[in-house]
Amino acid sequence: MAAQAHNAERLPIRAQEDVVLIRQTVRDFAKQLGMSLVDQTKIVTAASEIARNTLIYGGGGWVRIEVLESNPRRGVRLIFEDQGPGIPDIERALQDGFTTGNGLGLGLGGARRLSNEFEIVSRPGEGTRITLIRWKL
Amino acid sequence: MNSTEASKLPEILRQYEAEILSEWLQHQLSSMKLRSSLIREADLREQSRKFLAHFGHAIRSGDDIGSSSWAEVRELLADLSRTRARQGFTPSETAAFIFSLKKPLFTRLREACGNDIESLAVEIWALTELVDTLGLLTAEAHQRSREDVIARQQQELMELSTPVVKLWDNILALPLIGTLDSERTQVVMENLLQQIVQTGAAIAIIDITGVPTVDTLVAQHLMKTVSAAGLMGADCIISGVRPQIAQTIVHLGVELGSVATKATLADAFRLALRRLGATISRTDPAR
Amino acid sequence: MDRIPILKMGPFLLVTIQVDMHDRLAMMLQEDLTGRIAAGGATGVLIDISSLEMVDSFIGRMLGEIAGMSRILGAETVVVGMQPSVAITLVELGLSLKGVRTALNVERGMELLRASVDESEATYGGPGSQR
Repeated sequence: MAAQAHNAERLPIRAQEDVVLIRQTVRDFAKQLGMSLVDQTKIVTAASEIARNTLIYGGGGWVRIEVLESNPRRGVRLIFEDQGPGIPDIERALQDGFTTGNGLGLGLGGARRLSNEFEIVSRPGEGTRITLIRWKL
Repeated sequence: MNSTEASKLPEILRQYEAEILSEWLQHQLSSMKLRSSLIREADLREQSRKFLAHFGHAIRSGDDIGSSSWAEVRELLADLSRTRARQGFTPSETAAFIFSLKKPLFTRLREACGNDIESLAVEIWALTELVDTLGLLTAEAHQRSREDVIARQQQELMELSTPVVKLWDNILALPLIGTLDSERTQVVMENLLQQIVQTGAAIAIIDITGVPTVDTLVAQHLMKTVSAAGLMGADCIISGVRPQIAQTIVHLGVELGSVATKATLADAFRLALRRLGATISRTDPAR
Repeated sequence: MDRIPILKMGPFLLVTIQVDMHDRLAMMLQEDLTGRIAAGGATGVLIDISSLEMVDSFIGRMLGEIAGMSRILGAETVVVGMQPSVAITLVELGLSLKGVRTALNVERGMELLRASVDESEATYGGPGSQR
């Protein structure tokens, strides 16, 4: 089935303030879609986690926020991209408590739990692309 | 309508619109023994008149049924199906609206074609295809609106079946009854947390006496709710835990250390009162 | 850069977080708070997060660290007013805020702080009902 994306917005992730703006933009998208408050909060929190990872571990990058239409479902899709060092062992990175920085190591695994669909594509030395989708129930 | 010869249908519809309408109406009224309790004849007349007007217009455009020229026809049909579904018409009664249009149109076509059997066959085939497609649209729209009705009723049932009751100052109870699926549990739990905020209750008792079985997913939801309530500053007690359910929870290996569980609602209530520093005492039984 | 204001009410410090904080702002709050406690006097910290629409792992960690640090410095921390949707999300994220005491609203939080002060003055025992 073909999913259609529209209303896309592309935002840079260069500074901590950008992470805040991304949270607010994702919130607006989710609200506009008529998501429940809990669902809104889940996707916003997931966005915050991945945006921070992109900033800290990916050395900054971009996020594309869009409404996804895949009859009869509608949802929000977020695509984070960076040209950082990449994630050598994705399975391990998804485990709770694993971190190479000084965080809690809940970012990736937590964001995956907060999304309906979650995908990481990463090549060491080239960068990382993380896609997450949350459908409106 | 892409036969070599132009179809006669557009012209027929233009010329005999009034006659076709009256024949069609008669047909509808007699053949489907109109459910006069469900729809008034005047409404039916108006619906049919409007439809025929749009239908004729769309036919004359010569465009495909999926195109925008047919938008009004499709909309009208969907609208009619929705209304009828809500009024209690069966799917066949709903589809009869469009199928009963065949007879008056066929009659006119036969007259127009005279002895030219060949072109009559072509005309009738094209018209049948068209009407059938519209009939399917009707059926689909009818089903969709039935589904909407069911979904709405489920939602209402869900809300009705999960009352949060106040047992005492600062003590709420949520008596759960019936099978819990993952979705219902989620709704129930969100509702409970919302009530905790609204009432400012410090303790919530989740009573699962009326729940026959608890599967892994539901048990997880229960535990998550207890954790979420804790983050908000309220304590949860789970009561009515039968041995079998206790097993499930243990097998899950969820941190149960911090969650209070009791066998009965009464025990949980007593515990809640004690935590709030209240006690129940019996006055002199001799009166 | 703005800072989040810290109010002093008797022996307690009061913080109401009303803005969507970026990480540096959260870290500044942590430093300011621990600084104020260390400067003396405060026996309790109350953090009102009822206007927060989201708490992610970073802010969650900050709350936990404030509670831990202030305890070492002799003050009890209570986080109050977390919204249901935020709580549900935090649980899903995998954060339990162990060691952070919570209350439904400011009033309850104050009661909890007062009680814990009485308690620690009566005995020298540790904090009461910790999560």
